Amino acid sequence: MPEENGNGGANGNGGANGNGSANGNGKERVGLLQRVKAGVQADVQALKTDIPTKAKEQMDGLKDPTKTQVYTSIFRHKHDDTPRNRALGILSNVFLHLHPAKINRDAVRYSYTWGMGGITFYLFIVLTFTGALLMFYYHPTKVQAFRDVLYLEHDVPFGKLLRNMHRWAAHLMVIGVWLHMFRVFLTGSYKKPREFNWNVGVILLVLTLLLSFTGYLLPDDQLGFWAVTVGTNMARATPGLGNEGPFGPQMGMTPYNDVRFGLLGGSIVDANALLRSYIWHCIGIPIVASIFMIVHFWRVRKDGGISGPAPVMLEAEGDKPRR
Amino acid sequence: MDWHQLWVIISAPDNVPIVGLIPLLCFYIYLAWKQAKGNDDLIAELEADPAMAKTHHRKTWPFKPGWQKEVHVWPFLLRIEFLAAIIITIILMVWSITLNAPLEEPANPNLTMNPSKAPWYFLGLQEMLVYFDPWIAGVVMPTLIIVGLMIIPYVDTNPLGSGYYTWKQRKFAISTFLFGFIVLWISMIIIGTFIRGPGWQWFWPGQTWDHNRQIYEVNRDLPDLFGIASNAGKMIFGALVVGGYFVLGGLGVYSLFRRYMAKDFKRMSLVQFSMTQVFLLIMLALPLKMILRLAWHIKYVWITPWFNV
Repeated sequence: MPEENGNGGANGNGGANGNGSANGNGKERVGLLQRVKAGVQADVQALKTDIPTKAKEQMDGLKDPTKTQVYTSIFRHKHDDTPRNRALGILSNVFLHLHPAKINRDAVRYSYTWGMGGITFYLFIVLTFTGALLMFYYHPTKVQAFRDVLYLEHDVPFGKLLRNMHRWAAHLMVIGVWLHMFRVFLTGSYKKPREFNWNVGVILLVLTLLLSFTGYLLPDDQLGFWAVTVGTNMARATPGLGNEGPFGPQMGMTPYNDVRFGLLGGSIVDANALLRSYIWHCIGIPIVASIFMIVHFWRVRKDGGISGPAPVMLEAEGDKPRR
Repeated sequence: MDWHQLWVIISAPDNVPIVGLIPLLCFYIYLAWKQAKGNDDLIAELEADPAMAKTHHRKTWPFKPGWQKEVHVWPFLLRIEFLAAIIITIILMVWSITLNAPLEEPANPNLTMNPSKAPWYFLGLQEMLVYFDPWIAGVVMPTLIIVGLMIIPYVDTNPLGSGYYTWKQRKFAISTFLFGFIVLWISMIIIGTFIRGPGWQWFWPGQTWDHNRQIYEVNRDLPDLFGIASNAGKMIFGALVVGGYFVLGGLGVYSLFRRYMAKDFKRMSLVQFSMTQVFLLIMLALPLKMILRLAWHIKYVWITPWFNV
């Protein structure tokens, strides 16, 4: 055990012995001040050589930042232009590994895919981003909703641009989904083994339309109000589940318990409808759509990548298994 | 010719997407048709020359032995994706700066908008309200469209044309889809957007929207034309007509398939074929009902105490 003579800490040279009690009994007892002085002098001496050496090492290291620990901890492979690194750049990146490392040379042709699936996904990201920003300024209440939109249009910096972008991106996304489906049909890409993914796509199409439709009411203006009134009035006519639908009254449906009441949270388009619309638009449908998107993209890969452009088949080859 | 009225409709901010969709669709149909023709020509060439078919790489794009069959995603695909993202962002920016999203007066349940239109992508269904009761146009039809789209991969037994554009190998499938998508969906949206005015009345492009226009139109029901007056008689008659349509139509589809699509028909199971029949006939019933209405002012075909068709 070290004695409490204060030697241990200050004894720069003697510290190597690690023997505090032996020092304590030493005859030629050097003054504390002198020892500290000698230690500091030694430190300063060492500093003069150590720091420039380290600084030089540091500067040399910075000449190739890709060798630093920070860099190599982030990027797991080298960046030389080799086929291996090009592949690793895709495979070791969480966002890019959606892609295979290599694809058919013709699969990158725009004339085949029209790029509509990717564009639709990009628009979904744009809509999520602008939508989240819009949520900062919006209250889904009858008192505030319309005023919030006016506030966005006139006072919020770039608020008008934000709302416009959200609106137009939504329309563009609907167009993108339709054109994507059109292309997939025309290239016969729904055929074996992609039947299931076509179905996931149909669900995503419906969800896209529902997303757009639920957003229509949110400004709480005449346009949205009457569009949603027209839209949900049809739910009144649901066979068996709507109060005006075939067999609805027989099933005990009234304006206060039918499917339209469930959609609107009331018998008219009012505060509850606004809130329901808001929650479906901002939380419910985006989450469901995201889940289906994950499945959709996963299945594109698992079903063998994008469908083509495949080599053409001749009539006689139709009934033979491919390749 | 009321150019102003036309301009008001075309330049309404929420109509811009459908205005833009028309040339876009034309372009992509052209693009698909061009590639389909190229592939069909190649197929014809290969069918005629089996020796060539054995060695040919089977695509219209050039390929030489020794060329790499695959390319790296980075940079060959990713650069296209990044470029597409940038272009879309620029389009959105320009669009958002130049054109404002519509905002009308605050919602007012006491002041009905006339015409009160659904968002443009649902106008096809709203247009169907003219010809069908809401339970059909608003509930049954959307459901059938979704289900109909979903069964496509399971009833299309034609193995040809998977992964490339073609017309000759898939004439029936492609014309059916074009009929559904272009004729029944897009053109109904165009009618709903550009033609329908106040009171959901028909205004030709350039005709002024007259909010006071009255149309004296007497709609009849089909049983009336045959002098059937009793309710029970109407119900039975309608059921016979609708049932007859499906039976005769089903026979027609069968005879069509047996003659012109013998191979596909042979590959189909009974369930696959009957599903195809049903959905084809429902699809065809839409324009038929529209013609009945437009030409003979017939409102309902089948009248029952619970529902009317």
